[in-house]
Amino acid sequence: MSAVGTIEQAHAHAHDDHGHDHHELHWIQKYVFSEDHKVIAKQYLFSGIFWAIIGGVLSLLFRLQLGFPDANMDWLQPLLGGWIKDGKLDPEFYLALVTMHGTIMVFFVLTAGLSGTFSNFLIPLQIGARDMASGFLNMLSFWFFFLSGVLMFISLFTSTGPAAGGWTVYPPLSALPQAIQGSQSGMTLWLLSMALFIVSALLGGLNYITTVINLRTKGMTFDRMPLTIWAFFITAIIGLLSFPVLFSGALLLIFDRSFGTSFFLSEIYIGGEHLTQMGGSPVLFQHLFWFLGHPEVYIVLIPALGITSEIIATCSRKPIFGYKAMIFSIVGIAFLSFIVWAHHMFVTGMNPFLGSIFMLLTLIIAVPSAVKAFNYIATIWRGNIVFTPAMLFSIGLVSFFISGGLTGIILGNAAADIQLHDTYFVVAHFHIVMGTASFFGMVAGVYHWFPKMFGRMMDETLGYVHFWLTFIGAYCVFFPMHYIGIAGFPRRYYSFTGFDAFSSFVDLNMFISISAIFTVTVQFIFLFNFFYSIFRGRRSPLNPWKSNTLEWTTPINPGHGNWPGEIPHVYRWSYDYSKPGAADDFIPQHIPFSQTKESNLPGEVDKE
Amino acid sequence: MASASANVDKKTLWGGGYEPLKASYGKLMMWFFLLSDALSFSGLLVTYGFSRFSHPTFDFAAGKEFFFSVGHWPVPELVFTHIPFFHVNAPLVFVGIMTFILILSSVTMVLAVEAGHRNDKNDVVKWMLWTILGGIAFLSCQAWEWTIFITGTPEGLTLADGTVLKGASLAANEYGPVLFADLFFFITGFHGTHVLSGVIINIIVTYNAAIGTYHRVGHYEMVEKVGLYWHFVDLVWVFVFTFFYLV
Repeated sequence: MSAVGTIEQAHAHAHDDHGHDHHELHWIQKYVFSEDHKVIAKQYLFSGIFWAIIGGVLSLLFRLQLGFPDANMDWLQPLLGGWIKDGKLDPEFYLALVTMHGTIMVFFVLTAGLSGTFSNFLIPLQIGARDMASGFLNMLSFWFFFLSGVLMFISLFTSTGPAAGGWTVYPPLSALPQAIQGSQSGMTLWLLSMALFIVSALLGGLNYITTVINLRTKGMTFDRMPLTIWAFFITAIIGLLSFPVLFSGALLLIFDRSFGTSFFLSEIYIGGEHLTQMGGSPVLFQHLFWFLGHPEVYIVLIPALGITSEIIATCSRKPIFGYKAMIFSIVGIAFLSFIVWAHHMFVTGMNPFLGSIFMLLTLIIAVPSAVKAFNYIATIWRGNIVFTPAMLFSIGLVSFFISGGLTGIILGNAAADIQLHDTYFVVAHFHIVMGTASFFGMVAGVYHWFPKMFGRMMDETLGYVHFWLTFIGAYCVFFPMHYIGIAGFPRRYYSFTGFDAFSSFVDLNMFISISAIFTVTVQFIFLFNFFYSIFRGRRSPLNPWKSNTLEWTTPINPGHGNWPGEIPHVYRWSYDYSKPGAADDFIPQHIPFSQTKESNLPGEVDKE
Repeated sequence: MASASANVDKKTLWGGGYEPLKASYGKLMMWFFLLSDALSFSGLLVTYGFSRFSHPTFDFAAGKEFFFSVGHWPVPELVFTHIPFFHVNAPLVFVGIMTFILILSSVTMVLAVEAGHRNDKNDVVKWMLWTILGGIAFLSCQAWEWTIFITGTPEGLTLADGTVLKGASLAANEYGPVLFADLFFFITGFHGTHVLSGVIINIIVTYNAAIGTYHRVGHYEMVEKVGLYWHFVDLVWVFVFTFFYLV
C-alpha cells in the first residue's frame, strides 16, 4: 500500500512540476477571478475597507444634522447635490443615510469584511489545508458579494435616493413606494442586493463548514483547533441557518412591492385611497427578519471573539483560559441566538407571557458571554503581556464587549425595553457591543495577520496612536448616547429641536457629533499605515508574534497551496505558551511531543 | 482502478484529508445546502401557518353548508376538485396523481444512484431519463393545476357590492381571502422553481453521464449529489402538499 502511495506521490510531483512549467496563471486568474483563498480574503478585506469608509462618511453626514441642527450645510452641496435644500439636509435623505449606514456596516463591513476576510484567510492556513474545499465556489462567493455591492452602490445615486426604511426594512413603509421616496427604486435595489448577498454568504459558508470538517491536516482534531477556527466554523453554521429565512422574507417583500400580493400588508389607506391588499401582517415580517437579524448579531461578533481569543493568548504568552469552556460558550451563544429573536419585538403587542419567555432566554445568553469575558480576563491575568497594537485592540474588544453587554441585560428585560425601545439607549448598546467590539476585533485581526497577508509589518507607533484615539473616541461617541436614550430621545429622528424636553441635550448631541468626526478622522491613521506598510513596511520575520498556529509555518509569502513541501502534521493544541520546563515560551502545534520531553505533562505522548 | 489512483493522487498532493463523516466535501456541501434551503421553506411554511390561523375558519358546527367567501379560509377539498378532461367532482385526485409522479421520480432516482454504484453507465442514463421525465410530468401537471386555479369556476364568487370574482390572481380570488391564492402561488411556485432547476441539473448530469464523463472519473458521485437534491425537493413537496391540501 505504501509503495503504491510513494509511486503515486512521485507521479503527483512530476505532474506538479509539469504544471509549474506551463501553467503560469494569467493575472486575471491570479488577482481578479482568483480561486486562491488568500487572494479572495484580500479581496474581501479591500472591499470591506471601501465600504467601511462609505459607511463611516454616511454616519458623519447624519451626525452633522443631529449635532448642529441649525448649521448651514450648503458646503456639502458638491457631494450631496439636491439633497441639500436651502442649506438644510433633506429629511427623507436623512432617513436614507441612517438606513444605508446600518446596512453597509452590518452586512458589507462586519459580515463580509470580517468573516469573508478572516475565514477565508485563516481557515486553510490554520487547519493545514492547501485551499478551501471548493475554490471555484469561493470565487463565486466573492463575486456575488461584489455584484451585491455594485447594486447597493448604484442605489446611492438614484434620483429618489437609496432605501430609507431603516436597515430592518419593516413593511409597510418599505413595501409601499408611495410611502417614502426611499421605498421606490432604492428599496428594489436594496432587496436585489441583499438577495445576492445571501447567495454569497451561502456559498462562502458552505465552503467554510466543509473545509473545517473535511480538510484538516493529520492530527488536527476538533479539540486541537485554534479558537479562531471554532469561531468561524460556528459563525458559518449560524449564517447558513439564518440567512435563508431572511431570503424568504425578502422574496415575499419583493412580491408585495412589485406584484400586488398582501403577505405583509392589510387595510392601508394612503393619500385617502384604499389599497387592495388585505389580510397580511407586518409583524410577520418582523418575525422573519429577526430570525435572521438576531443571529446576524452573532455572525458579526463571534469571528471577532475568535480572533481576540487567539491574539490574547498569543500576546499574554499564556494558554487560553478555559479552552473547552470557550468552545461551549460559542456553541451555546450560537444555539441561543436562534431562540431569542422576539426580544426585538417586545412592543409589537405580543402576549406578555411570550415576552417573558423570550426575556428569560435572552438573559441566559449573559451566561456564556460572561464565561467568555472572564476567560479573557483570566488569560491576561498575570500573563507576560506583549502590547502589540493587535493586543491593544483585543483588550479594547473585551472592554466594549463587557460595557455593551451589560446594557444588553437591561434591554433584555421586557419591562425596561418597553421604556427604552427605539431610543438612543438601544443605539448605544448595539453600537458598543456589536459595532465597535466587532470593529475592534477586525482591526486587531488586520494588525495581527498583516505580516502573513503581505509579508511586511505595520508600523507599531502608528498602531498605538490609532488604538488610543479610536478607543477614547468610540467611548466618547457612544457612552453619552445612554443618557439621551434614558431621557427618551428616539432614534431615527431627523430633528429633536422641535421638542422642548430635548433642548437641554443640544450640547451632548454636539459633543457626540464632534467625537464621531474625530473618531472617523483618526481611522485615516490606520488607512495610511495599512497602505503604506503594504509597499514600504518593515519586512516581516517568519513568526513575528512567536505564535503556535500553523499559518506561521508557511513561507513568509505563501504561494498557491500554502506549504511548498508536505503539509505539517499536528501533535498538540495551539496554546502551549510558557509551558513549564520548555526552552522557549511557545511550542508550535507541529512539534511532536517526542521533541519536547522536558516539558511534557504526564500522558502527553504522540499517538500514531 | 485507474480512477481510484487518480483520487489518491489528489489526496497525497493536497494532504490533510480526514473525512469524519465518510462523505466527500461535495456531498457535505450538498447536505449543508439542503439544510439551508430547508430553512427557506420553513420560513415560507411558517408564513403560511401564521396567515392561515390569523384568518377565520368556516364554522361547520353551526350546521350550515360550506360556501366560498373572502371572509373565511376555504376548504382545499372543495377548491381542487378537477381532473383534466374529466368533468367529475374528484377532490384532490389530480394533486394526488402529481404527488405520486414526483415520488415515483424519486424511486427512479434511487435506481440511478444504485446503477452509479455499479458503474453501469447505461443504467444510470436510463434511470436519469425516467427521473427527468417524472420531473417534467410533475411540472406540466402543476401548470395545469395553476391554470384551473387561475381560470376558476364559471359562476365565480359574487361579492356584497355586486362585483364578481372569477378565478384567482395575486390581487383577489374567488375561493377565499387574498392570501390563500398569494400563498398558493408563491409557495408552490417556489417549490416548482426548485423542481425546474432540479430537472435542468438532471439533464446536465444525464448528458455528462451519457458522454462518459463520470465513467472516466471512475465514480458517479455527481449523480448521488443531484439525487440528494431531488429527494429533498420531493420531501419538501410532501410538506407543501400537507399544508395546502390536507390541513
